[in-house]
Amino acid sequence: MTIDRRSLLFDLTRAEVLATGHVLPEPARCVQCGICSYNCPIGLDVRAYAWRGEAISDSHCLTCGQCVARCPRGVLIFAPMANGKS
Amino acid sequence: MAAEYVIVGSGVAGIAAAEALRARAPGASITVITEDPNGFYSRPGLAYYLGGAIPEKQLFPRSHAELRALGLRWVQAQATKIDVAGHRVNLADGRSLAYDKLLIATGARAAAPDFPGGDLDGVFTLDTLADAKRLIHKANKSGHAVVVGGGITALELAEGLHACGVNVHYLLRGARYWSNVLDAEESQLVEDHLRDDGIEIHYHARIHQAEGKKGRLIAVQTDSGERIPCQILAVAIGTRPNLDLARTAGVKIDRGILTDSCLRTSAPDILAAGDVAQVHDDITGRASLDTLWPTARAHGVAAAATMTGAPTPYRRTAAMNVTLLADIPTTIIGALGSGSDEDMVAIARGDSESWRAAAPTWVVVEHHEVNRVRIMLGDRTITGALVMGDQTLSRPLHRLIAAEADISPIRDALLADDHAVLQLIASFSAEWERSHADNS
Ligand SMILES: Cc1cc2nc3c(=O)[nH]c(=O)nc-3n(C[C@H](O)[C@H](O)[C@H](O)COP(=O)(O)OP(=O)(O)OC[C@H]3O[C@@H](n4cnc5c(N)ncnc54)[C@H](O)[C@@H]3O)c2cc1C
Ligand code: SF4
Ligand code: SF4
Repeated sequence: MTIDRRSLLFDLTRAEVLATGHVLPEPARCVQCGICSYNCPIGLDVRAYAWRGEAISDSHCLTCGQCVARCPRGVLIFAPMANGKS
Repeated sequence: MAAEYVIVGSGVAGIAAAEALRARAPGASITVITEDPNGFYSRPGLAYYLGGAIPEKQLFPRSHAELRALGLRWVQAQATKIDVAGHRVNLADGRSLAYDKLLIATGARAAAPDFPGGDLDGVFTLDTLADAKRLIHKANKSGHAVVVGGGITALELAEGLHACGVNVHYLLRGARYWSNVLDAEESQLVEDHLRDDGIEIHYHARIHQAEGKKGRLIAVQTDSGERIPCQILAVAIGTRPNLDLARTAGVKIDRGILTDSCLRTSAPDILAAGDVAQVHDDITGRASLDTLWPTARAHGVAAAATMTGAPTPYRRTAAMNVTLLADIPTTIIGALGSGSDEDMVAIARGDSESWRAAAPTWVVVEHHEVNRVRIMLGDRTITGALVMGDQTLSRPLHRLIAAEADISPIRDALLADDHAVLQLIASFSAEWERSHADNS
């Protein structure tokens, strides 16, 4: 069996994000297609955060990475939180 | 008296302007005139809707309630004429609205088919949600489709129709896909992917005419005499700005509406933004057209500031588009390639003219399997890049290109060793970011 390097990296990133990070958009890439919001399992309006260029601050966010993985434009990344601020 | 702001167009340029106007002028009257009954939706999202990735309702970034909360006056009608001296806009339904400042954000539409039979029932272009719905409806009843054109929209049409279960023939006028932006190997990657999906690519195929029966499309004939029976012909051969309003009003136009860097046109109190605007760049001294969503949004925001009396230039950053090309994540940054693409008669969707302004440069390529990075090196800077597959480098590259970072320290190393490109760029960009964080 070959290990999928991408998904392994992704899982490792996620574990770290669960502890210290959040989802951060780069609005200059976003085309407001809504795929992120559509795939968020808890129905957060990720697209609206992406428009405003704000990190997803909702405490319900599972950092499951669905939005990150599905955005066709690479708008969303997991990023460490600055000094525990959200 | 509160100012009267009027915006023609409910695309991203118009809505971004309306939002910014409201923030700057809470008491002002803001009117949005649009001929599209569906109002504001994600145009790039139409491709994902066509491909079945999202349902229709997902295309709308703003709910009715959110739009209402902006306190806009929404007028659904076509604007037909601007009375420049009288400061009024006339509508097709006979009404006329007064303005203090007018923003033309009428966008661009797909260039009309340039061959006989282009008006047959079954020939489509993709501009609006209504177009996408008609296309899906038709696809559900059709066995064969021909897609013609280049750039991103043509691919999206081919893949979208394929996802609807239609057999798709993709006609290229030349020897490869998007030859003025992609290099031969990148074109090949995209074409291989399409073929793997089951899309049939026809090279050097120029449409001679669309053949119809009782007004309905039944086949496409090529210049080389090939005849492809089909019920759908989807055409994406470029876009043209919607210039009628500006032209009849005597506002200066070139290929788009000419504006200064603050989005002001030649006519007093009339501004233009988005796909329709050809904006002067104070740094390069040139005025160019873009058909990019983020650019249109940025135009709208800058125009709104200018309208409220705080002239604000639109600052062109290195043009960038991130997209799926036949499912391969691809970021195109800055100037790549040159010349023209035979499949296009005008600038492509999701396209920017600056991508073709490539000066002679060295090309460095790093690739491993489907992942590929192409970097265009100028004398001291990176002038453009194309990142396919793994997107790790796309952000650092965009930052370096946009900031015109001096890469002389690694230039020789980049040219010396193709395989070291990833590592060199990654560490250089990390170092560059650090030193710039210190300086600021
Ligand atoms: C299928 C497709 C795929 C795309 N893919 C990408 C992509 O991958 N990346 C990217 O960055 N961009 C992409 N684009 C381009 C992007 O959507 C446009 O750059 C953006 O929508 C431009 O916004 P705009 O507000 O200038 O114009 P538009 O969105 O075109 O809006 C113009 C508005 O003006 C209205 N209007 C026009 N004339 C009149 C009139 N006389 N009276 C009243 N109303 C009028 C129209 O109804 C519309 O509401 C794509 C576009 C399409 C159609
Ligand atoms: S999926 Fe990506 S491009 Fe689409 S709205 Fe969400 S963040 Fe923006
Ligand atoms: S990480 Fe998961 S829960 Fe959080 S916004 Fe994205 S999709 Fe929703």
